[in-house]
Amino acid sequence: MTRPIAPVLRLEEAFRSGLPVVTCEIATGDGADPDEVLRRVRLVRDHVDAVNVPDNTAGIVHMAAWAAAALLAREGVDPIMHVTCRDRNRMALQSDLLGAAALGVRNILCLTGDHMVHGDHPGAKPVFDLDSLQLVSLATVLRHGRYLSGREIRPAPALFPGATENPFAPPYDFRPLRLQKKVEAGARFIQTQITFNVKRFAAFMERVRDLGLDRTVPILAGVAPVRSARSARYMRERVPGMEVPDAIVRRMEQAGSERARREDEGIRICVEIIEQLREVRGLAGFHLLPIHWEEAVAEIASRARLTPARASLSAHVEATARDAGSADARRDDREGALLNRHREHRA
Amino acid sequence: MSISVPAPVRGFFRRHPRLTRALELAVRPFEAASKKVVFGCKMCGQCILHETGMTCPMGCPKTLRNGPCGGVRMDGRCEVIPGMMCVWVKAERRSRWLPWGGAILKVQPALDWSGAGSSAWINVLADRQGKEAS
Repeated sequence: MTRPIAPVLRLEEAFRSGLPVVTCEIATGDGADPDEVLRRVRLVRDHVDAVNVPDNTAGIVHMAAWAAAALLAREGVDPIMHVTCRDRNRMALQSDLLGAAALGVRNILCLTGDHMVHGDHPGAKPVFDLDSLQLVSLATVLRHGRYLSGREIRPAPALFPGATENPFAPPYDFRPLRLQKKVEAGARFIQTQITFNVKRFAAFMERVRDLGLDRTVPILAGVAPVRSARSARYMRERVPGMEVPDAIVRRMEQAGSERARREDEGIRICVEIIEQLREVRGLAGFHLLPIHWEEAVAEIASRARLTPARASLSAHVEATARDAGSADARRDDREGALLNRHREHRA
Repeated sequence: MSISVPAPVRGFFRRHPRLTRALELAVRPFEAASKKVVFGCKMCGQCILHETGMTCPMGCPKTLRNGPCGGVRMDGRCEVIPGMMCVWVKAERRSRWLPWGGAILKVQPALDWSGAGSSAWINVLADRQGKEAS
């Protein structure tokens, strides 16, 4: 009897495999059309282990993250739901997390949230009842079967909480320590801000390795393709917390305004950054942020030879099975051995 | 709170709730005025100044109590109020000068908003926060 290889590996299992993991953020669209979300996710699903769904990103109202994440889960894609502290107090956050878990959404990315002054409702009341770190703690408390009030939850939601870090914003020395605090609070994975300045990222990771954090928590480096010189300039000047070196803006300017050429250059820069980041020790994989350009993901994955952990694992198991003929027991063995090896590595 | 108050003191305040309330009424205006002038205090009632490099985290537009957000500008200014230095950039810098600066690494629990407006000094002495306060 042959056991089919699971087409979807939960993000948690992907990390446990120790193989490089790839995740990607998609835009959730402005309308109430589920097909818009599905169209975008279909462009990226084959190239990643899990897909991030943003929560009113940049303070601009979009479809609720839990709803978009549930649409993904129904499609057989493991969603990572962004949860921000901007719009909900601790009561709403808890009920949202329970509801999301009930809809098959387990991975949650705990964020402070972009402030509304930069969004389309600058007059809205800021909530920020919790901060991102307290949100990680909250998810951990829920996971262990309690509300923040101490009341018992039955059954407890099987949440897999993650957090972010931005190595490119001051105070630079504090960033690795803040990451450590998040891990202490219960963060099980980390996705970083978009990397354009590899040197600064490497310095950040050096400190992270000194603290031993790369062995405690899988860290995915954020990378993104730039589509035009205009968007590179916009990110450099208008998006707080984003560092775009002049060299990249110049390269995009030199690529000119012809669409095919500038897009090709943007993808090329992204692939180069991925190659450079591969030299940085302590990374568990990559997190792609195509910023409304999901079409680029397939090209980046192919040029940078990015393979999601589940594909690597399936290929490995298939190869083992071919070697061993029809010996199923041995296939399980090898798969188990691979998982165990990396578990030891992480321990 | 990490400031430890001897048990007899806590016990005294517990046993005398009316006296505590009277003391709070007397102390609160003085605390509010002095901390407002020096630290820009917002009277959250659960003061962690000593753990944040003597910089009030409630001055942050996102009221972050555990560290800076990801939106700090390259020059260290706030993403929401560009004219203001990030509270946490200051907190991190100042905490280096304090002998107990490592306290900035402590994970701060969620603020109990039911204690907002009350005297943090009395809350520390009486070892309480939130509900019972104010």
